[in-house]
Amino acid sequence: MARKSHVQTTINGETVEFLCESRQSLLEVLRDELYLTGAKEGCNNGNCGACSVILDGRLVNSCLVLGVETEGKSVETIEGLADPDKLHPIQDAFLENAALQCGICTPGFIMSAKALLDSNPNPTEHEIRYWLAGNLCRCTGYDKIVKAVMDAAKETSA
Amino acid sequence: MTEKKEYKVIGTRPIRHDGVDKVTGRALYGADFQMTGLLHGRVLRSPHAHARIVSIDTSRAEAYPGVKGVATAQDLPDAEDRIADLGEGAVNLKYLCDNILASDKVLYQGHAVAAVAATSPHIAEEACTLIDVEYEVLPPVLEVRQAMEADAPLLHETLKTTSMGETADEPSNVASHIQHQLGDPEKGFAEADIVVERDFVTGTVHQGYIEPHNATAHFNQDGQLTIWCSTQGAFTVREQVAEILQYPISKIKVVPMEIGGGFGGKISVYIKPVAALLAKKTGKPVKVLMNRADVFEGTGPTPASYVRVKMGATKEGKITAAEAYLAFEGGAYPGAPVGPGAMCIFAPYNIENVVIDGYDVVVNKPKTAPYRAPGAPNAAFGSETVVDELAEKLGIDPLEFRLLNGAKEGDRRADGPVHPRIGCIETVETAKAHPHYTAPNGQKHHGRGVASGYWFNIGLESSVTINVNSDGTINLIEGSTDIGGTRSSIAMQAAEVLGIPAESVNPSVVDTNSVGYTAVTGGSRTTYATGYAAYEAAQDVKRKMIARAAKLWEVDEANVQFADGEFSCINGKEEQISFRDLCGRLGQTGGPVVGSGTVNPGGAGGAYATHIVDVAVDEETGKVEILRYTAVQDAGRAIHPSYVEGQIQGGAVQGIGWALNEEYIYNDEGTMTNASFLDYRMPTCLDLPMIDAVIVEVPNPGHPYGVRGVGEVPIVPPMAAIANAIYDAIGIRMTELPMSPDRLLKAMGKI
Repeated sequence: MARKSHVQTTINGETVEFLCESRQSLLEVLRDELYLTGAKEGCNNGNCGACSVILDGRLVNSCLVLGVETEGKSVETIEGLADPDKLHPIQDAFLENAALQCGICTPGFIMSAKALLDSNPNPTEHEIRYWLAGNLCRCTGYDKIVKAVMDAAKETSA
Repeated sequence: MTEKKEYKVIGTRPIRHDGVDKVTGRALYGADFQMTGLLHGRVLRSPHAHARIVSIDTSRAEAYPGVKGVATAQDLPDAEDRIADLGEGAVNLKYLCDNILASDKVLYQGHAVAAVAATSPHIAEEACTLIDVEYEVLPPVLEVRQAMEADAPLLHETLKTTSMGETADEPSNVASHIQHQLGDPEKGFAEADIVVERDFVTGTVHQGYIEPHNATAHFNQDGQLTIWCSTQGAFTVREQVAEILQYPISKIKVVPMEIGGGFGGKISVYIKPVAALLAKKTGKPVKVLMNRADVFEGTGPTPASYVRVKMGATKEGKITAAEAYLAFEGGAYPGAPVGPGAMCIFAPYNIENVVIDGYDVVVNKPKTAPYRAPGAPNAAFGSETVVDELAEKLGIDPLEFRLLNGAKEGDRRADGPVHPRIGCIETVETAKAHPHYTAPNGQKHHGRGVASGYWFNIGLESSVTINVNSDGTINLIEGSTDIGGTRSSIAMQAAEVLGIPAESVNPSVVDTNSVGYTAVTGGSRTTYATGYAAYEAAQDVKRKMIARAAKLWEVDEANVQFADGEFSCINGKEEQISFRDLCGRLGQTGGPVVGSGTVNPGGAGGAYATHIVDVAVDEETGKVEILRYTAVQDAGRAIHPSYVEGQIQGGAVQGIGWALNEEYIYNDEGTMTNASFLDYRMPTCLDLPMIDAVIVEVPNPGHPYGVRGVGEVPIVPPMAAIANAIYDAIGIRMTELPMSPDRLLKAMGKI
């Protein structure tokens, strides 16, 4: 069995230590070692965006990052987005707009939208569509997702 | 146009009940399931499209450190060549078992051959490479017309064509031939002033749900088997696993986890029996997950097809006859949805003379599975293109042409049934009146197209239990997995009956031990049939609560009236009590109130849609851009309009993908060369405009609130609508799907 490495990183503001094999992706570490199953595996090769997390402020597909690469870094996942008694405005906007059907792509879309609004608080519809093109949704036809992100942008930049 | 009833809950847009869990990452899908001592399974798949298995040697894999068990078809009970009814229609058990783990032959690249359980997914994957399989490779057949030829390689030596009740003597790849005839087609064509006939070809496409298949199985020492999985139907999983493993259903519990999309593709079982076999062998819980390539190569796509359509009309615009030839690929085993394709193809029209021939043909591709209105899109691509051409040649507006010939209540469908009240004409009229239809669209290489579509919808069995809580809320227990917001659309129907807010209903989707039999979430049946069961369960609660109020007031039940959430005494006493307050007094009036409802309704009521699309064709690249899209659909009654719009938008966009990009690409050996989301290109949000979903409400007389299923029909019109728009843009009829840039360039003579 492959020898495991010790990794110390920050996840959603908390210092976290874990052991992982060198070949394990960040997605595997989050899901199988830390039981943070909000990030989903849809393709495991960076094409669907269901595993999107924010690594040191940058949106990444966690299936394309190795767990050991997160040593000393900061990871934001869907589990850290809401306050204990209040959802993040993007989460609220997804609910208000009925922007999810099966919901498997939703955590990825929300993290992707957060990374967009962190860098561009007032995106146009085209900018939203361009940014979210790395996230696949098969249920909604994207209409309500794009509207939710437009609404969230109004809310967060107001 | 239709009578509008006043509802308090129906037609509103509450936040869905499972919404917070799904936007916070807390909702647990099949792959999220964890359990102490869990092993991980992996399936070895065939690299060949067609081969005989000479031998399988698992000894090296079994000796690999960390491996706890290996399974092959040898571990499955001997399957008989018999027909089992497994909730989605009759299935040949031998074929079902052979598709789980191949016994003598592999019939497609990706066909499961063996499976390993190990202490980690990586070890299981490595161990699969240590299983030695010797194959005798056979020539594959990969296309429906080739498979139908007399000298084609045969997939099944025992398969013989059944045609109109007769079985042929010689083996063939054609599993069945069906025919529907109405009137006198020959006479009808003789009466026509104009006849259009064309051939169409459609590619193999996948449902493309984002969540791969998954299953975790555990055998208790007492023989109880539990399976946690994503599925469209926990009860059909129970039935299929029971048949495949020859194990009693009473000893199997299926726990439906949240499901990440299905569209028909998560009804058939693939790895669930494999997880159970490995759990039995190892004595440990075993989780088996597919990766994306497994999903493309090993699970049901929807059929590629060859379709020929001929239609004739008088110069006044009356369609006099229609003829269709539908040849669908079933994949490795029979089961192509040619029956539904034949039921739907001419259903938007009242045509007196029709003949439809359908063929279910096996080829060396994965066994096909249902995909949203299975069979209807393939058929409608042909018929709706021919209708457009007829209208064009007659100089009649294409929507006006549809109105002249549109199906109405009392008209007969070519396969027999007479239409009940339907909304075909209403969707066409609404589309015609929509500002999109008359908006300017005159730029070079821009075009506009329209098409209609039909899906019959289904009813089937559903069960709902309602437990009344002392605080005036209810817990609603159901067995329909929620793929697109049906917890809410079902809960709202119970809320409407009881006069309480949608938020006062707590819906739960539970396991097969905890609710009565409920058929799959499919066939656009869930809001219709499980909603109907919720209505009945709420009526049961209402009756019981009336009895409690009567007891409380010491009056006869007939003297208690219930309206707007209030019970009142209508004779003698001036008594009144709200539903909520009465809930708090159940203990003193006889104990808890539990309501139940079970249904198997027959009046699903068909659904119609008419779509309008504007496209721009790039002459240099052959790329088709969708500029504007409007989808009109009859929902009967939209319980939660946001999620009805979502079904319409999602279905339209799947159709856009099918029309423009999506197809399985095979090499000559029968290997799929694009088994990833990079190369099998589904639409992203950058490829699309907003999709304007327009809901028409022609109430379905077969449901207490008028509900019609909405999930499937929106995928039927897009392919022809886009083809008709491309014709309007560049003057070329595209007859092959997908209408990808290379096909456009070829059609324009650029390559």
